[in-house]
Amino acid sequence: MSKKPLSFTLNSRETAVFVDPGANLLDTLRRGVGDLSPKYGCGQGTCGACSVRIDGALHLACLTLAETVAGRAVETTAGLAAGPDLHPLQTAFMEGFAAQCGFCTPGMLMAAKTLLDRTPDPTRAEVIEAISGNLCRCTGYEPIVDAILTAAGRMRGRVAG
Amino acid sequence: MTVSVDHFATVAELARALGPDTRVLAGGTLVMRDVNYGQAGAARLAYTTDPALTEIRAEAGRIVLGAGVTMAAVSARPELSFLAPVARQIGGPAVRSMATVGGNLFAPHPYGDFATALLARDGVAEMADGAARPLADLLARRAARPGFVRAVSLARPQTGEFRFRKVSRVKPKGVSVMSMAAWLPGAAGRITGARVAYGAMAEPPVRVAPVERALEGAALAAAAIARATAAATEGLNPPDDALASGWYRRETAPVHLRRLLEERAG
Ligand SMILES: Cc1cc2nc3c(=O)[nH]c(=O)nc-3n(C[C@H](O)[C@H](O)[C@H](O)COP(=O)(O)OP(=O)(O)OC[C@H]3O[C@@H](n4cnc5c(N)ncnc54)[C@H](O)[C@@H]3O)c2cc1C
Ligand code: FES
Ligand code: FES
Repeated sequence: MSKKPLSFTLNSRETAVFVDPGANLLDTLRRGVGDLSPKYGCGQGTCGACSVRIDGALHLACLTLAETVAGRAVETTAGLAAGPDLHPLQTAFMEGFAAQCGFCTPGMLMAAKTLLDRTPDPTRAEVIEAISGNLCRCTGYEPIVDAILTAAGRMRGRVAG
Repeated sequence: MTVSVDHFATVAELARALGPDTRVLAGGTLVMRDVNYGQAGAARLAYTTDPALTEIRAEAGRIVLGAGVTMAAVSARPELSFLAPVARQIGGPAVRSMATVGGNLFAPHPYGDFATALLARDGVAEMADGAARPLADLLARRAARPGFVRAVSLARPQTGEFRFRKVSRVKPKGVSVMSMAAWLPGAAGRITGARVAYGAMAEPPVRVAPVERALEGAALAAAAIARATAAATEGLNPPDDALASGWYRRETAPVHLRRLLEERAG
């Protein structure tokens, strides 16, 4: 079966790629485009390692038919930093040892960014709910929750200042 | 197995193209999982971006949800606040921004929490050809792929008499051991037109007529709750799966039903 052309914006950049029929967005990003930041954990929606944002909403790239993102805005963790400056979430994860093996981290960051965009001052319970679709096998979650709350505080301070 | 994929601009075009070798793709949370594992179940996937599918509207005492409305959209709409606690218990945030109302009607056991709530709310499916099918009937025959559902209508709540309970082993996003929904409208302290539905207690979500009969015309007090609880699993043969055995479901369902009804009574 022939490949289909697909274009969308990836981290604000126009991107064009050919996709196989039935290809999912995760494979397309990783193999077609070369963005290795979303990870393959399960391919069935259970781990959240492949989480990306589509038009600002959190989606699982492994369960998204690639061609359905035509003309839409896809964001991955690769687009979080502004040049050499890490995003406050990335800095807080690094400082707070919220990443150990790091496999869950890109998905956690996308889930956290989606929360903070809508809820800049979340409660701990809201953070836990926001990452409830993302599995971490290393940290026990507490450092991740702490890091997200720390980043939220710093981002509010930055806006206020 | 490789699949071909066709996009249709409208529901009508998609419905015309459906055949035995074609599977509808909505949010894809179940279909894409099958595709990823080489088990698409059909040679062709078909999807539509018809904007009518994501509409939510009110008409004649009922609310109409397009089949493409997502769980995230349900949670965000004030007029659907009675359904928000159901939608918020389906998967994690990413699943909820993808999972649709239409897909939930065809999600195999043990899924179907939202369908369970719709069933207890007198849900009626609007098929692509305009035919109306009560959800109980649609769900009972869903294995035969009854065609494309374009929307579901449900009774609009008058008061807070709608209750939903999901029992799962992992919080906050575990899959259901069982789910229960009850709509208990009434007048002068008596229940009239009780609707009770279970998810994950049979292959499709089901209405539980023996429980509804036990509650009908009664005040929601200890005696009626005891009668309903005694009838909790009458006629049901709950399935075994990795989450729970049928025996466990049968033994614990009366406890969860009692809690659901007592919560209502309180
Ligand atoms: C991690 C995870 C957690 C989950 N947790 C839950 C949960 O807690 N509760 C729960 O109920 N479900 C859960 N699910 C299952 C699933 O996400 C939901 O049931 C969802 O509502 C399915 O909708 P969808 O749009 O993704 O369906 P799809 O995967 O697109 O389709 C599912 C089925 O429905 C058919 N279909 C879809 N739309 C229509 C239509 N309009 N007309 C006719 N046929 C149609 C498809 O052909 C397919 O057979 C979970 C899934 C995952 C991956
Ligand atoms: S790889 Fe997508 S959820 Fe696990
Ligand atoms: S840091 Fe290893 S899985 Fe989360």
